[in-house]
Amino acid sequence: MSTKNLTENGLELNERPDSSFSRRKFLGFVGAGSAAIATASLVASCKDNDKPSNGGVNLGSGDVGILNYAYALEQLEAAFYVRVISSLYSGVTATEQAFLTDIRDHEVAHRNFFKAAISAAGATPLRDLEVDFSTIDFGNKASVLGTAKAFEDLGVTAYNGAGKLLQSAAYLTIAGKIVSVEARHAAMIADLISNGTFADTTDANGLDMARTPAQVLDIAKTYVKTKLDASNLPTS
Amino acid sequence: MNLQNILSEIEQRDPEVFDKLSDRRKAMKSFTNLAGKVALASLPFALGSMFKKAYGQTPTTIIEVLNFALTLEYLESEFYKKGIAAPNLIPAGTPAVAALNKISADETKHVAFLRAAITASGGTPVTFTAANFDYTAGNGSQAGPFTGVFTNYDLFLAVAQAFEDTGVRAYKGQAPNLMSNNDILTAALNIHSVEGRHAAHIRYMRRLRQASNPGPLYVGNIKPWITLKNSNIGNPLVQPSYDGEEITTQAGVNILNVGGMTFSAEAASEAFDEPLTAAQVLAIVDPFII
Repeated sequence: MSTKNLTENGLELNERPDSSFSRRKFLGFVGAGSAAIATASLVASCKDNDKPSNGGVNLGSGDVGILNYAYALEQLEAAFYVRVISSLYSGVTATEQAFLTDIRDHEVAHRNFFKAAISAAGATPLRDLEVDFSTIDFGNKASVLGTAKAFEDLGVTAYNGAGKLLQSAAYLTIAGKIVSVEARHAAMIADLISNGTFADTTDANGLDMARTPAQVLDIAKTYVKTKLDASNLPTS
Repeated sequence: MNLQNILSEIEQRDPEVFDKLSDRRKAMKSFTNLAGKVALASLPFALGSMFKKAYGQTPTTIIEVLNFALTLEYLESEFYKKGIAAPNLIPAGTPAVAALNKISADETKHVAFLRAAITASGGTPVTFTAANFDYTAGNGSQAGPFTGVFTNYDLFLAVAQAFEDTGVRAYKGQAPNLMSNNDILTAALNIHSVEGRHAAHIRYMRRLRQASNPGPLYVGNIKPWITLKNSNIGNPLVQPSYDGEEITTQAGVNILNVGGMTFSAEAASEAFDEPLTAAQVLAIVDPFII
């Protein structure tokens, strides 16, 4: 069994819309235990990245693709809070400043963590994104907190939706470690806007929402200049 | 040998084979470990071993996890119901009334949702009533260390915080056990983040209460997130709900200096919540369950 054959098979599988996921998942598992196959799937990823389907920066495939997706969102959040803290809105209270500073530190730590973790996985982290905050009035409390709430709620739904796309239990746990902190942020920001609205996002069953990467990136694109291509991410 | 052809043939005979295999995460893991050790020529043997595991076991794990979660939701749901019903416990005319009603309603919905999910998955949901719980942590004596939990509002909030933070850690710990079922995993994650929201709000309520009504139950700088392994509760009995939260290394990455920047141990620990195992959670809640 040559690496070349496996690579071709891998590409062929990824291009099949039906039942390809289960096979890809299976190959992913085998790959985890075999250096030769792992190399082959890395080659496949690189090939995919050479052919972005929407002309954007390809997030990649498999677990690394999901990590890059999370890295993109954390880049967005970190850039936002760095900007918030660098010039705080007028009338900011001591509590708001303390909480927003904490949140900035958490988001920057998340961002830096993903970059390190992706590198540690032997993959190339997504490049630094260009953000577009032109719609945000950083001098205005309502604008800042409203945007913060939108980002935090989006982050929660993104991680909730990404959990099932991960193959590695270790990465799933990492995502879980982060999403509950994002939920704490979301609740706190909501309470700063209107005390008691910490869980207004729940549905009739008392559950938060989950969003697909495509849904999340469609919302985030208002704030991200860099075009992102999620077409190689797992979808189920 | 063409692995792909083997997989295709198997799939023709059993179109659901890959789903069945992914339902057996442990079997796959053991196969993966095996594949790392055996020569490729032995793969057919390894596949045979994998299929025996894939088809030979009944999937009880998911039902067990859901019943574990349901137990915790009952614990929370009955706790808030009893607190809301307790005369003069929650300060009337304050935002606490609506907030605790909202949390209570969410927990009650989680109970109903999990019961439905377990039934739909072919399992039998566990059932608890208020009579099954001792919120004094007295193992049924109703005279445990948290005696007064429904008359002392500060104690009530402290126990609520410990329950919510424990709930977050409990769901997080079980997520890997639900990986074989995408719908159930996602539902559990969607509950998990709501528990995180509840925890954050209870902590914020305690922060505000600390400012207006300080007392020995309030310790340190109470934030919506968990700093180091601080409970911020002046009672060592809740400490097991916080032990392990202080770590500053994630997936082998040192958060204190990640990306060439400096983070305090406080910030590095706050940025990541930590899981608890089912055994750890059961030890924490055991004194509350009769």
